Amino acid sequence: MTILRTQNIHKNFGGVKAVDGVSIAFEPGKITGLIGPNGSGKSTLINLLTGMTAFDNGLIYIGEHTRLDHIHPYDLPDFGITRTFQDIRLFEQMPVLDNILIVITSRNVLGALFEKHKKYHLDIAEKVLRQVGLWEKRDCLAHDLSYGQRKLLEIARVLALNEDGGEVLHTILFDEPFAGLFPEMIKIVSETLCLLRSQGKTVVLVEHNMDIIRELSDHVIVLDSGQVIAEGTPAHALSQASVIEAYLGK
Amino acid sequence: MEYLIHLAILFAIYVPLAVSLNLVVGYTGLLSVTHAAFYGVGAYATTLLVVNFGWGFIPALLVAMILSGLLATLFGLILSRFRDDYYALVSFGFNIIVYSILLNWESLTRGPLGIPGIPRPEIFGLTFDSNLSFLILALALALTVYLVSAGIVKSSLGRVLKGIREDEKVLAIFGYNTEVFKLVIFGLTAMMAGLAGGLFATYITFIDPSTFGLNESIFILAMIILGGMANLRGSVIGALFLILLPEILRFVGFPSDIAAQMRQVVYGALLVLLMLYRPQGLLGEYKL
Ligand SMILES: Nc1ncnc2c1ncn2[C@@H]1O[C@H](COP(=O)(O)OP(=O)(O)OP(=O)(O)O)[C@@H](O)[C@H]1O
Ligand SMILES: [Mg+2]
Repeated sequence: MTILRTQNIHKNFGGVKAVDGVSIAFEPGKITGLIGPNGSGKSTLINLLTGMTAFDNGLIYIGEHTRLDHIHPYDLPDFGITRTFQDIRLFEQMPVLDNILIVITSRNVLGALFEKHKKYHLDIAEKVLRQVGLWEKRDCLAHDLSYGQRKLLEIARVLALNEDGGEVLHTILFDEPFAGLFPEMIKIVSETLCLLRSQGKTVVLVEHNMDIIRELSDHVIVLDSGQVIAEGTPAHALSQASVIEAYLGK
Repeated sequence: MEYLIHLAILFAIYVPLAVSLNLVVGYTGLLSVTHAAFYGVGAYATTLLVVNFGWGFIPALLVAMILSGLLATLFGLILSRFRDDYYALVSFGFNIIVYSILLNWESLTRGPLGIPGIPRPEIFGLTFDSNLSFLILALALALTVYLVSAGIVKSSLGRVLKGIREDEKVLAIFGYNTEVFKLVIFGLTAMMAGLAGGLFATYITFIDPSTFGLNESIFILAMIILGGMANLRGSVIGALFLILLPEILRFVGFPSDIAAQMRQVVYGALLVLLMLYRPQGLLGEYKL
């Protein structure tokens, strides 16, 4: 039983085969490390899985019954999937609080028109902003936060969807959530990933730091030039000759 | 005094234009340069229904607003294929198309001759013949548009519109069908512009296409840039300022015959200065 898998999925950018026939399944309720050298296609794969980029061919399976040859981005929360971005993407010229409320308030026009936010929404926002230590900053523009705080706000946004979506949300894809963070912030992020796993969520973690990968992931998938070159437990995958070669260069 | 009332009426007509355009440009981040097209459709539709078909003011105005809204929805569907600079250019094109139709469909619009003799509004037997009574009507409608817009801005919908402006693709993956939101706000604000058109036509009692060209769209855009993006009060102040500008210029000693033309020069220069030193406008919360 898998909750999210791909079958022979492809994406070319001009001549570049960014994702080149990837068939993988993420283990439910586990943290899967998705690693590979720069430009190996990790972010592109996440973009394909989340409808940010259309794929050329192949299939994506969600749960047992949904089989997709394209994804409408706005269906993603209903499919139970969400993500963070390597190149932090917030609603910059909006307050921190609104960056959270916007992912939990009504998704239809009339619903939104006749709603501001309810105590329910505010409670979720307070909870997740406190979790990442940003509640005091709720009235600042996202734009005015420090780099690390901005990374944490993206995490809080995902947590808010998790609180609100409850049972629906099952898979969260993190694209380099630790990059450039100070140790105390790294601790918050890794606790968040473990918390999500303890709730039974499927977590995908893109990360370059192998110590973090060894510590957190239950399973590792290694990409190189858009293809899967190894897969298994961290100890197994990282010791493969092909993986070492991919990282050290041929 | 009559003249002051005249200026106040113009102000009351431009408030809905500026406020509604700010919902599109300042809040939603869609750089539309076609607002005068909806203003024009509102003016012509109201006029034709009243003059040719003898309709009452209120039903004519309502149908005119709906026509403006429908046209905007059609334009919006096409515009949804474009982003940023291209969006602005294509919207630009729509204004020119509507203007040309008003100018050339002579059997309907009398082309450059315009349509004279438009009656003043009559509502439930009450005729708004005097300028003072018209001012009250215009202010009431302007206030209504302002309050509706303020309601939108304060609601979750206002937050969503800003989200579209900030990062439409990210908003989409959090479950918003952003195309629908953009169409709705574009249609709704075109209705507000259509309302201003109906007011304008029945106030001046004469319309011709020249009022509804690209110049006018840029004039309204200047109001909201001046007053500030994503700030409704700013748009009101921007409208007030640009309406009063020729009078201010006359006051500081420009001969009255060139004061009107100088308005163009001065507001151009003001915009440049503003962009250099206060890019968010007087009260703005958002930088283009
Ligand atoms: N939008 C795009 N247009 C053109 N080429 C792209 C685009 N996005 C990615 N690529 C190319 O696809 C390949 C894979 O890029 P991708 O960003 O997925 O790598 P990555 O594994 O995430 O790398 P990193 O570790 O540096 O983040 C690269 O060669 C990249 O240049
Ligand atoms: Mg990447």
